Amino acid sequence: MTGQEHPVLRTDGLTVRFGGHVAVNNVTAEFHRGTLTAIVGPNGAGKTTFFNLISGQLKATEGRAFLNEEDITSMPVSERTHKGLARAFQLTNLFSNLTVRENVRLAVQSRAGIGLNIFMMADRHRELNEKADHFLARVGLYDQAEVIASTLPHGGQRKLEVALMLALEHDVLMFDEPTAGMSVDEVPVILDLIHEIKADKNKTVLMVEHKMDVIHSLADRIIVLHNGFLVADGEPKEVMSSPIVQEAYLGTGVADHV
Amino acid sequence: MFSYIFSGDFPRSKLLTLLLVVIVVGLVLTPWLFPGSRSMETAMRIAIFIVLVASYDLLLGYTGIVSFAHTMFFGIGAYGVAITLNEMGRGYDAIFIGTALGFVGSVLLAFLIGLFSLRVKAIFFAMVTLAVASAFTLLVSQLYQFTGGEDGLTYSIPRELSPAFKLMKDKVFGVSINGKLVLYYCILFASFGLFLFMLRVVNSPFGRVLQAIRENEFRAEAIGYRTVIYRTATNCLAAGMAALAGSLMAIWLKYTGPDTTLSLNIMVDILLMVVIGGMGTLYGAVIGSTLFIMAQNYLQELMKVASDQFSAMGLPLLPDLIHPDRWLLWFGILFILSVYFFPTGIVGRLRKAKT
Repeated sequence: MTGQEHPVLRTDGLTVRFGGHVAVNNVTAEFHRGTLTAIVGPNGAGKTTFFNLISGQLKATEGRAFLNEEDITSMPVSERTHKGLARAFQLTNLFSNLTVRENVRLAVQSRAGIGLNIFMMADRHRELNEKADHFLARVGLYDQAEVIASTLPHGGQRKLEVALMLALEHDVLMFDEPTAGMSVDEVPVILDLIHEIKADKNKTVLMVEHKMDVIHSLADRIIVLHNGFLVADGEPKEVMSSPIVQEAYLGTGVADHV
Repeated sequence: MFSYIFSGDFPRSKLLTLLLVVIVVGLVLTPWLFPGSRSMETAMRIAIFIVLVASYDLLLGYTGIVSFAHTMFFGIGAYGVAITLNEMGRGYDAIFIGTALGFVGSVLLAFLIGLFSLRVKAIFFAMVTLAVASAFTLLVSQLYQFTGGEDGLTYSIPRELSPAFKLMKDKVFGVSINGKLVLYYCILFASFGLFLFMLRVVNSPFGRVLQAIRENEFRAEAIGYRTVIYRTATNCLAAGMAALAGSLMAIWLKYTGPDTTLSLNIMVDILLMVVIGGMGTLYGAVIGSTLFIMAQNYLQELMKVASDQFSAMGLPLLPDLIHPDRWLLWFGILFILSVYFFPTGIVGRLRKAKT
């Protein structure tokens, strides 16, 4: 990795307004290959909105977003996904009445680009099945492959959410509070997984997270959003000790999260 | 081998398998088991409606699209054949060209409707299809030079497919082997073929995406499926299948009019058949169409028999209650009950009973 390498993902003055309210305000940030960036901030700071602008669920009012220096600001969601963005959602967002394996297989076949094939038997495709099973095993859901997704416990659904993202095999991964609402013994499974992903220097990880211990163990860099503004950006230590962060984030209810 | 034909999608319930076997064997052997033109008419209607209802289930049950234009596509297929047979005379070329024109026309129209309106909310799409279908019905009745207007068209089909054409001198087990019988089997197997094709489609990677869209369109888009393309593609596919079913109907009936193909009543029937059979499973189309059409054709007789029995036994009130004239009332009650007790349809219920 050289210093001159262009950022994998970059936003330039990204802004979105809902009426008079500016949810994300002129955010400029770069995300480099092989790094994990934690995005923190109090509730309502615009973290998830920022994610939505990058992955395309929301259209930016102003500013641009670039993936590998290609302007993706006006691309539809599915196209951004094809270009290499993969995202897991904060509120679990699955194909509820399909089986766990079917959920992952849909992501695998999206990556394989065979969605418009109407003659093949979907569940006979060995490569697809094996890949789907591989990702299920990675998140520890292999034994529940035949279960209907909506009947999984909350923690299981979160894991499946992550498996769906991994199955896209993209280089930019966006986690939105991956451990939220998980039981204590399930959290390490996901954290180990993120550690593993992080070890792969081709991946660029963005993670919205509240839990300080998680951030400290994983993040290479922290971005702090407050009222839609980017108020701090840098190494975890320096960011956490800066006065503006103390006031904006740590001052408001950090006790709830640590 | 079986797995290949059924695309690995088996009925998954013993009772359901039995019912399906009875229906298929019944349809294949109808000319022998229930001789007479009425039973053959009913059997053909069932076979063709299986295709029509299954194609509607592609939209409603698999993708979650509500459309009221399905009879329009059925009608386009039927009128395609009717008009060419009427204009070009009885010939296979007319049948072929008419079917092809109907198919292509339907797919194109479905594509246009999809392009303009599949982006909007489901309810608006339903309204658009309703409007287009009504406009089309109006158009057909206005263009009476071609379509015969409200009276429809009556035409002849090739002689080899008519009862007058005898293949064998003698009857086989009491059934004369004539052109009509040949046509019966041609249409029956064409229907089976189309059904199995759709079964393959819903079990293909494409079919899985449709289910994903039904379950969670937002997420389907997020994992990289351009949902509007898939929705438009299903719309076209369903329209094409409906048009082929319409062509088969036109060939069999030798008559095509607004009432047999375009009317909103048929649209409602299709909806009911899908719901009663079970949405999101093509076997539901088989069960739904068979039950519905059997009830439509034979409930009245059944009630007459029962009513006469009861009045012979001297029971009060009961004979009047199930008087054959009241068959529509009972028909309606049966449907309300079946939707109430089997919200997932008969197939859904049977599959659940198994597990």
